[in-house]
Amino acid sequence: MEIASDYMPWPRESMSEESSNTVSKSSLRDPDRRQRPHDKFDPVRSIKTVGQIGWAILTLAVAGWLIWRGAMAMEYNWQWYRVEPFFYRVVDGEFIWGPLYKGLIVTLQLASISGVLAIIIGFITAFARLSQSRAGGLIATVYLEAIRNTPLIVQLFLFYFVLAPILGIDRFWAGILCLAFFEGSFASEIIRGGIQGVDHGQFEAGDAIGLTPWNKYFYIIIPQSMPLILPPLTGLLISLIKHSAIVSVIAVAELTTTGLNLISDTFMAFEIWFIIAGIYLALTITLSVCVGQLEKKMSIQKR
Amino acid sequence: MPDVNSDLMTPISTTPLVEISGLCKWYGKFSALFDINLNVSRGEKVVVCGPSGSGKSTMIRCINQLEEHQAGRILVDGKEVKPGMKNIEDVRRDIGMVFQSFNLFPHMTVVDNLTIGPIRNKGISKSDATETAMHFLERVHISEQATKYPPQLSGGQQQRVAIARALCLKPKIMLFDEPTSALDPETIAGVLDVMIELADGGMTMICVTHEMGFARKVADRVVFMDHGEIVEIADPKSFFNNPQTDRSQLFLSQLLGH
Ligand SMILES: Nc1ncnc2c1ncn2[C@@H]1O[C@H](COP(=O)(O)OP(=O)(O)O)[C@@H](O)[C@H]1O
Ligand SMILES: [Mg+2]
Repeated sequence: MEIASDYMPWPRESMSEESSNTVSKSSLRDPDRRQRPHDKFDPVRSIKTVGQIGWAILTLAVAGWLIWRGAMAMEYNWQWYRVEPFFYRVVDGEFIWGPLYKGLIVTLQLASISGVLAIIIGFITAFARLSQSRAGGLIATVYLEAIRNTPLIVQLFLFYFVLAPILGIDRFWAGILCLAFFEGSFASEIIRGGIQGVDHGQFEAGDAIGLTPWNKYFYIIIPQSMPLILPPLTGLLISLIKHSAIVSVIAVAELTTTGLNLISDTFMAFEIWFIIAGIYLALTITLSVCVGQLEKKMSIQKR
Repeated sequence: MPDVNSDLMTPISTTPLVEISGLCKWYGKFSALFDINLNVSRGEKVVVCGPSGSGKSTMIRCINQLEEHQAGRILVDGKEVKPGMKNIEDVRRDIGMVFQSFNLFPHMTVVDNLTIGPIRNKGISKSDATETAMHFLERVHISEQATKYPPQLSGGQQQRVAIARALCLKPKIMLFDEPTSALDPETIAGVLDVMIELADGGMTMICVTHEMGFARKVADRVVFMDHGEIVEIADPKSFFNNPQTDRSQLFLSQLLGH
């Protein structure tokens, strides 16, 4: 094959000289000749890649055009110029944050507080299920089954209409607790899987040097389960950001609620829903990029 | 600087350090150990051998309760070790264990592997623990690797680190579970040398191993196990030259003949 010979790291002659089962001496003596050659420019593959990107752009363009055409057909009155004040305004030289910014902040608060709580609940539930304790295991199982087998919106109503008045908490905290318990059930399975993924010998070594169970998990097991836990946990936090939109049904003033309110004031449904979706997208992409960097750092440290 | 020999030497006294009597262990219905009786005196070196699956690992893992037994008694330094006991950690800190697969903590440097036990268990300061760790790393001839991570070391080096990790807790007894079985042939000798030095220092040792040279050199007694029972106990010379039972004869002929 012609192509194969291009990739030979050493000249052909030195190969054919040697009998089939001896290593080429010249290649052993001269490390320079064993260097991997640069990958060759492959025009066919490049054209294919360009072609695929072209198809993707074309598809997106068609979708965008259809939406635009549809909007034209209903004589939708695009008013993008009115959007900026939804984020911020400057009145008499004074800077004022707009409703979308405030909604975004509330969404971030909701997601971060309930995210932290979900991880805590996840750890507690995971350890309850891993422990020998019958009571702990039973409570954890009931919790997981209850959360997973009822609709999220029904859970939200339970938290808002039943638990909130009993506990004396406002709609914001009702929303946070609901999200935390919902995502916490998934976090617990991720954490349990990560812990079970650590080599059994590590548990035994921790026991053998006399570490208490707490120290064993804190210093030995959990650090080693992090590479297994982090990627799916990122996915969970991303869905938490998305699920946080549901608390708009109990009128917590987060991003989606703000969007709904703005639309009822301005009738700019298309612009505002595009913006809201764009903000959620920006949040989730930022999160996954950050965690991606963190993972890279961790895997470098390990080596 | 602590002197290793005085650290590890315990005066030979008449009460055994480990007393095992009537020990039985089942995995489900499968009888892994049956009626094991074995006393190990202070300073004594016992080599345990026997075919694969004969219960050697299970027996020594019962001593520090990595496995729970269902019947019989185990006393370590006069204290009973039993399943579900409180403060099992205190017992384990007196028992060093070396595994076939090293089981070093891969996310910690070598020196952190050695100091985590003393720091977390005994509240020893980091600098004191590091000093002890460096001392034992020198004893196992590997102090130059202190800041590396275990996966960067060869198998033999990792096993010597594992031995040093166990020694850092100043154990009364060391248990070895086939410490050289997972090693490349050229790194076995280094580990065995360390074990021999440890034995010469007076450490009480129970070693599951098929290294006959080691057994002949250091063992006071050889324990031969088969099918979860102790079949024969003898001094190494008579065991290897003149095994008394059919099963030990068969085992030795297979070991020698491969
Ligand atoms: N966790 C376990 N569950 C079920 N059977 C086991 C378990 N561990 C060991 N065994 C069985 O117990 C017997 C003794 O095992 P082991 O002590 O590891 O033998 P050895 O160390 O002598 O090779 C073997 O038959 C093995 O299959
Ligand atoms: Mg074994």
